Amino acid sequence: MTLTREQMARRAALELRDGDYVNLGIGIPTLVANYVPDGIRVMLQSENGLLGMGPFPTDDAVDADMINAGKQTVTAVSGAAIFNSAESFAMIRGGHVDVTILGAFEVSVNGDIASWMVPGKLVKGMGGAMDLVAAARNILVIMTHADKSGASKLLDDCTLPLTGAGCIRKVLTDLAYLEIADGAFHLRERAPGVSVEEIVSKTAGKLIVPADVPEMRFA
Amino acid sequence: MNGFDKVVGTYDEALEGLQDGMTVIAGGFGLCGIPEGLIAQIRRMGVRGLTVVSNNCGVDGFGLGVLLEDRQIRKVVASYVGENKLFEQQLLSGEIEVELTPQGTLAEKMRAGGAGIPAFYTATGYGTPVGEGKEVRHFKGRPFILEEAITGDFAIVKAWKADRYGNAIYRHTAQNFNPMAATAGRITVMEVEQIVEPGELDPAQIHTPGIYVNRVIEGRFEKRIEQRTVRAG
Repeated sequence: MTLTREQMARRAALELRDGDYVNLGIGIPTLVANYVPDGIRVMLQSENGLLGMGPFPTDDAVDADMINAGKQTVTAVSGAAIFNSAESFAMIRGGHVDVTILGAFEVSVNGDIASWMVPGKLVKGMGGAMDLVAAARNILVIMTHADKSGASKLLDDCTLPLTGAGCIRKVLTDLAYLEIADGAFHLRERAPGVSVEEIVSKTAGKLIVPADVPEMRFA
Repeated sequence: MNGFDKVVGTYDEALEGLQDGMTVIAGGFGLCGIPEGLIAQIRRMGVRGLTVVSNNCGVDGFGLGVLLEDRQIRKVVASYVGENKLFEQQLLSGEIEVELTPQGTLAEKMRAGGAGIPAFYTATGYGTPVGEGKEVRHFKGRPFILEEAITGDFAIVKAWKADRYGNAIYRHTAQNFNPMAATAGRITVMEVEQIVEPGELDPAQIHTPGIYVNRVIEGRFEKRIEQRTVRAG
């Protein structure tokens, strides 16, 4: 069985450590905040200038001056900090954010990521994604293993314009958890009920399969 | 009269001197922390051929998006142009030029522009379309691209409170790009919710010192929300 969005978020949350400063991208990465393990506290960074993003406000507490990078109304947790955009990206570019979790269209065996542009379709812009992937040391990409037509998104070379070159080391898909090293994907975990053969058949880029591939755990 | 008193009483005075073809740097993130009245005044003035530098370009009918309706913008420098149908149309028809710039690079371009730094190296965008044609230099074995600073003929920003000297503080995440934009205009115009007397704001809490600000006007703000998200109370 392929992982649900919630299962992917739950598995991704296991990458978090107590005291981490974390930037979550739009989509499934945002759900990760709902599955932070017990006993672990993280501070969420929103690149429009908020460190310590809290939940959505109650209806009577909505404040137009209090939004996240997705332009949603949010709150700040106790102990949060608010600052300008240059400061926000100084902490990103300076490598101070511990974990970045974001989505992608394609990832390559060299750690290249394409996530912001499909030629021929209207381009909305890269926002802060290029800054995040260029600087963060610990990036987890979450995406489906294949696109809607069944084509693999784990490739030898990205076909789409890049967001960043050589910056991705960890990928979680709906089929597997993989690491990138030495020009190949390394299969580390498989989703419950998913065979190694299925993962191999849906991975276009060079894939190294160790003798033992444990089933993914969620706690 | 006091040479440090930056307060103007009308929007005509606030943007006096803005002409066709100029570059305008605008603060704001989406519709949060945007100088609503100054944008409306640019529309009333009818100046054309503007280059607008801003993280976003508003939405249909609000924010900088209104300047698209009368085709006043020639070029936009932004990180995310968002859901704006008129913008899409003008982009696809070639009426408008867009320079998509990574968000952190955009903030730093404004900061550098205001700080007299002509250019800087950054890892952001290396190996991507953003890096094409730009100088590459290696530091400690890593490649970086050279990005040039941005300055504007005008900067338009929005603050919460400012004193008559232009010392300003921002409210919550309405700060965003405003402090950098404020430094990067040859003429910086600040629209605020409340003007106070010098001495009322704690000097150590000032976000934007008045030295960067040329004109201050008190405005009224609709503060439209793009994504109203709530939880059950």
